[in-house]
Amino acid sequence: MLDPRYVGGDGPPRDRRRIPPQGRPRLLLRLPAALIVLLVGGCSGGVLDPQGPIGAANRLILLNALGIMLVIVVPTIIAILIFAWWFRASNTRASYRPDFVYSGGIEMVVWGIPILTIMFLGGVTWIGSHDLDPFKPIASPEKPVEVQVVSLDWKWLFIYPDESVASVNELVVPAEVPVHFSLTSASVMNMFFVPQLGTMIATMNGMVTQLHLAADKPGEFYGQSAQYSGGGFSDMNFTVRAVPQDAFAQWVATTRQSGSALDRTSYLALCQQSSNVRPFTYRAVDAGLFNAIASQQLPPCPGPNIERAGVTVRPRSER
Amino acid sequence: MSATDTPFERAGEPYRVGRDREWASAGAGRGYVYATGHGEGGPASKRVIVGYGFWIFLLSDIVMFSAFFAAHAVLQTATAGGPSGRELFNLWSIVAQTAFLLISSFTCGLSAVATEARNQLWTQVALLVTGLFGLAFLVLEGRDFASMVMQGAGPDRSAFLSSLFAVVGLHGLHVSAGLLWLGTMMAQVFVKGFRPDILRRLVCFNLFWHALDIIWVALFTVVYLIGLGR
Amino acid sequence: MFGKLTWDVVPWSQPIPLVAGSVVVLIVLATLAWVVLKGYLPYLWREWITSVDHKRIGVMYTLLGVVMLLRGFIDALMMRSQQAVAFRAAGYLPPEHYDQIFSAHGTIMIFFAAMPIVIGLMNFVVPLQLGVRDVAFPTLNSTSLWLTATGALLVNISLVVGEFARTGWLVYPPLSELPYSPSVGVDYYLWALLISGVGTLMTGINFVTTILKIRAPGMSYLRMTIFCWTALASSLLIIAAFPILTATLGMLALDRYLGFHFFTNDAGGNMMMFINLIWAWGHPEVYILVLPAFGIFSEVISTFSGKPLFNYRSMVAATMAICLISFLVWLHHFFTMGAGADVNAFFGITTSIIAVPTGVKIYNWLFTMYGGRIRFTTPMLWSLGFLVTFVIGGMTGVLLAVPPADFVLHNSLFLVAHFHNVIIAGVVFAAFAGITYWFPKAFGFKLDEGWGKAAFWLSLLGFYVVFMPLYVAGLLGMTRRLQHYDVAAWRPWVLIAGIGIVIMMAAAACQVIQFVVSVRRRDELRDETGDPWDGRSLEWSTTSPPPPFNFAVLPNVGGEDPYWEIKRRAIEAQRLSAEPKYEPIEMPRNSPTGFITAFFATMTGFALIWHIWWMVALGVVAAYAVFVWFAWRDAVEYSIPAEEVAHYDRERRRAREQWLAQHAGQPA
Repeated sequence: MLDPRYVGGDGPPRDRRRIPPQGRPRLLLRLPAALIVLLVGGCSGGVLDPQGPIGAANRLILLNALGIMLVIVVPTIIAILIFAWWFRASNTRASYRPDFVYSGGIEMVVWGIPILTIMFLGGVTWIGSHDLDPFKPIASPEKPVEVQVVSLDWKWLFIYPDESVASVNELVVPAEVPVHFSLTSASVMNMFFVPQLGTMIATMNGMVTQLHLAADKPGEFYGQSAQYSGGGFSDMNFTVRAVPQDAFAQWVATTRQSGSALDRTSYLALCQQSSNVRPFTYRAVDAGLFNAIASQQLPPCPGPNIERAGVTVRPRSER
Repeated sequence: MSATDTPFERAGEPYRVGRDREWASAGAGRGYVYATGHGEGGPASKRVIVGYGFWIFLLSDIVMFSAFFAAHAVLQTATAGGPSGRELFNLWSIVAQTAFLLISSFTCGLSAVATEARNQLWTQVALLVTGLFGLAFLVLEGRDFASMVMQGAGPDRSAFLSSLFAVVGLHGLHVSAGLLWLGTMMAQVFVKGFRPDILRRLVCFNLFWHALDIIWVALFTVVYLIGLGR
Repeated sequence: MFGKLTWDVVPWSQPIPLVAGSVVVLIVLATLAWVVLKGYLPYLWREWITSVDHKRIGVMYTLLGVVMLLRGFIDALMMRSQQAVAFRAAGYLPPEHYDQIFSAHGTIMIFFAAMPIVIGLMNFVVPLQLGVRDVAFPTLNSTSLWLTATGALLVNISLVVGEFARTGWLVYPPLSELPYSPSVGVDYYLWALLISGVGTLMTGINFVTTILKIRAPGMSYLRMTIFCWTALASSLLIIAAFPILTATLGMLALDRYLGFHFFTNDAGGNMMMFINLIWAWGHPEVYILVLPAFGIFSEVISTFSGKPLFNYRSMVAATMAICLISFLVWLHHFFTMGAGADVNAFFGITTSIIAVPTGVKIYNWLFTMYGGRIRFTTPMLWSLGFLVTFVIGGMTGVLLAVPPADFVLHNSLFLVAHFHNVIIAGVVFAAFAGITYWFPKAFGFKLDEGWGKAAFWLSLLGFYVVFMPLYVAGLLGMTRRLQHYDVAAWRPWVLIAGIGIVIMMAAAACQVIQFVVSVRRRDELRDETGDPWDGRSLEWSTTSPPPPFNFAVLPNVGGEDPYWEIKRRAIEAQRLSAEPKYEPIEMPRNSPTGFITAFFATMTGFALIWHIWWMVALGVVAAYAVFVWFAWRDAVEYSIPAEEVAHYDRERRRAREQWLAQHAGQPA
């Protein structure tokens, strides 16, 4: 409905405005085509359009599993519709067999084929789970970039420990280089998810989870939290910018030149609940800050500031 | 004996399996069954039904305790810098509590024997003694809890202590509820005598009390004995 | 004096809950006034509120479930419409309101719509199909009903007094702990579920005891109907799973009320433990819902195909296999929490394994239709809709069971579409199929077929138009529970889903109209014999509605589909079997215990939520007093004299002899 090829400012071309009878079937045929185009065109930008090796592997397994299941599901649905139609009471040609209540052959098939399918799928599951374990590093000649991720209410803090800079709500990484994430949460559970790069992982206070991702080529990707975490959750998205390696070094250099430093004081300020935070950067980061957050030396960030229970509070919005 | 007794209750043979053809196939449909087997004899007697249902309730209660035990297994080392079991447990108090509970189970069994003999006096005495030992158990447990709280080792100190107070406290709550039930049963037996429905309830109470004892044994082992080793 | 309760807790400044709450309060008051002024109260009290009859309790459970289904659907309407308009805009529901709505939607639909409808149908049908007079513990049954109603009442009170949880329907900590959810919302959730959970557990105990210990003579296990088997499996799951829910929510309540540290961020609490425990309950819960739904479809498909269920023993085996395996899959709800490859793979495999017996059931239904003479009545249409739609939902479930696929689809709209796919096609369609199928048995007249079919087609269409786009949106990366979004690619799909929900609203309207029209036309739709569908199981041998004692004499069961055999013999011999010897029947007396206990439970729950401690003590003491008072009664049963039994049964026999006479000479 939003595709400009079908919704033109002047309406459809004149020769199609009055549809002659013999043209109607063609119009009907155009409808599924339109849907398919919408579907395929709409497929870009998501899980089925990965921009990194992890996402590509996730997609491959998903589509393989789908293919395997469709082989069973489609004939089953067709059989259901055919049987229901053929054996309708008004169909005198169908044989009425009220004694057909057991068949060993059918029993063997309906247990056997699903079991075989599941065994195959189990193999895919086992191998895939191990290959795509978030803890497993990505094989690459490049040395991975380290990023420490802290989910706060309701923004994302990205710390680059080796470069000693940090960024809020924007993640800049070099393309074609694996990124090793260490993740924790400053408050409640969140889930770090960049659909086009692949696997997501939870963030939890007092614990460190790990993730490895990489972008195949430069681009801009949408990132979000996939675990509802409170009032500002809907604004808890961030941009991932994969840039060429020299551009990344340049970004680091630029970041070091402006903005404030991220130390315990400025972290505590960041801790206060706020949503809709415009991306900004820190030019320096305290060395052990992430570890202090992850080990709870820095206590979890506080919740809403209210005087009395029962009063609803809107989180402070910064935009 | 009453009109609602099944044929076998009248005949006094508890273990015949299968259905009574005469009863079941007479079409009267009141086919009481001897022992249920595959249940083909028709509905079971009230005594069987009530006992069975109560057993299932006990199983569900054990599932609930299992969840608390599982939580304790996860949290038993989460002392958050606070005291651990070894520093807190008063072993003699716990041994005394165990003794009281076991004795109360024994006296509960004695009350069941007295009930079989339909002896009002000894049933009441045995039940009373059961209650008193149960009460003594609770008093000791309450004192343990109070002293831990006074030491600053209350349930809000650490996850380990939360879990300890919760699982032991849940058991204590069941014992308290059991004591209330016990008091009610004593009153009922006194006022109404050994009616079939009162007898069924006494059986349920006995099952409950013994189950609490079994759970205490598990508690004692998992929480206290193993906890002392940490 | 009143704890945290003040006049401020009513949402005076928020128009939507204020108006909605006022409308509900007005409707409730108007209904109460009408009932009292028309003089119906004594009748309602005597015949329904204090009833311990499984049929009455079943009807009330189902009614509760249907009303709450409507409330949950209104929540869904609000959610879909908010998302439809909230593209780069704030929409009309601020986050603090929207977040309550989706939490309430899930809570209500699972606990107060689906569970009561399923349990209600089980209540009504199981004793009739077993050929007996009532369940094992009738007064406990009444208590279960009213405690469930208490939970529903508490959740609905939160609309007007205070607020509901803003955490999602499973209140994950630390979000649900005091620091991040300081208001009463999570407390409403906790007490509503802790109280109604007790009721559900008692139902589970009741039905396991009934099915295993109280059956008609000759009914061995393998002669029970498949619906009774699924009721058994579901009840076993209730007994094994609900205590875990009670324990887990109890732990969270201890955290919130007494400063415990089970799941807090600090002092060693472990939020992952909550997630494990809650899903150890949560997964069996969905099978508690769907297994009786499968049982309903087995009954409906076999009746309207004119054939016995295909491969009955295999169905029983599949049911019990699902029952068992459902306890081995819970981690698939949090593959992305970082358990490691071995653990993830194990649970992924067990989840795939549970698809096998489910698939076997689908094929057994398929072959039940094969060689049948299918009548496309409303219940059969719901079943066909289920068969096709559920297979799709099951397929997406198997996809999500593969951890690498779940890694990119967890918590997305793909997941939301999957579970709605299986729950709507499975449980909701079964609810409507079962209600339509057994309605004549309960009330003596059928539901209007025309409006029923309209409701079905609109529901089916509406379902696809809402949820297929959501699958796509999930694949495009859209996560769940968003109050607004700004990714343009998601917009068309969310809009289509918004149209779909309007179609479903039309379907809901058709259901209501169907009911009203059927009541108006009830004399035309009357069920004269008690067997309006040419049924196969024992409930169809009774009148519609059955007498309080169900059967004048308990039937003797000789094989599967026992009523079918009785019917065949009668039709072949052109007469009924000989009149039996009637004897007096003892039935349990009605009791207000359940209702009064629930009243005090409501009082206690409300007081706990608002920290009114004296009221808590009062409620607990009063509940105990009710228990003692109930235990003290001497007259437990009342006797129905043999003449009255004979009178009922001769009426039944007369109606059937009349049917035989009218259909004389027709083949069996």
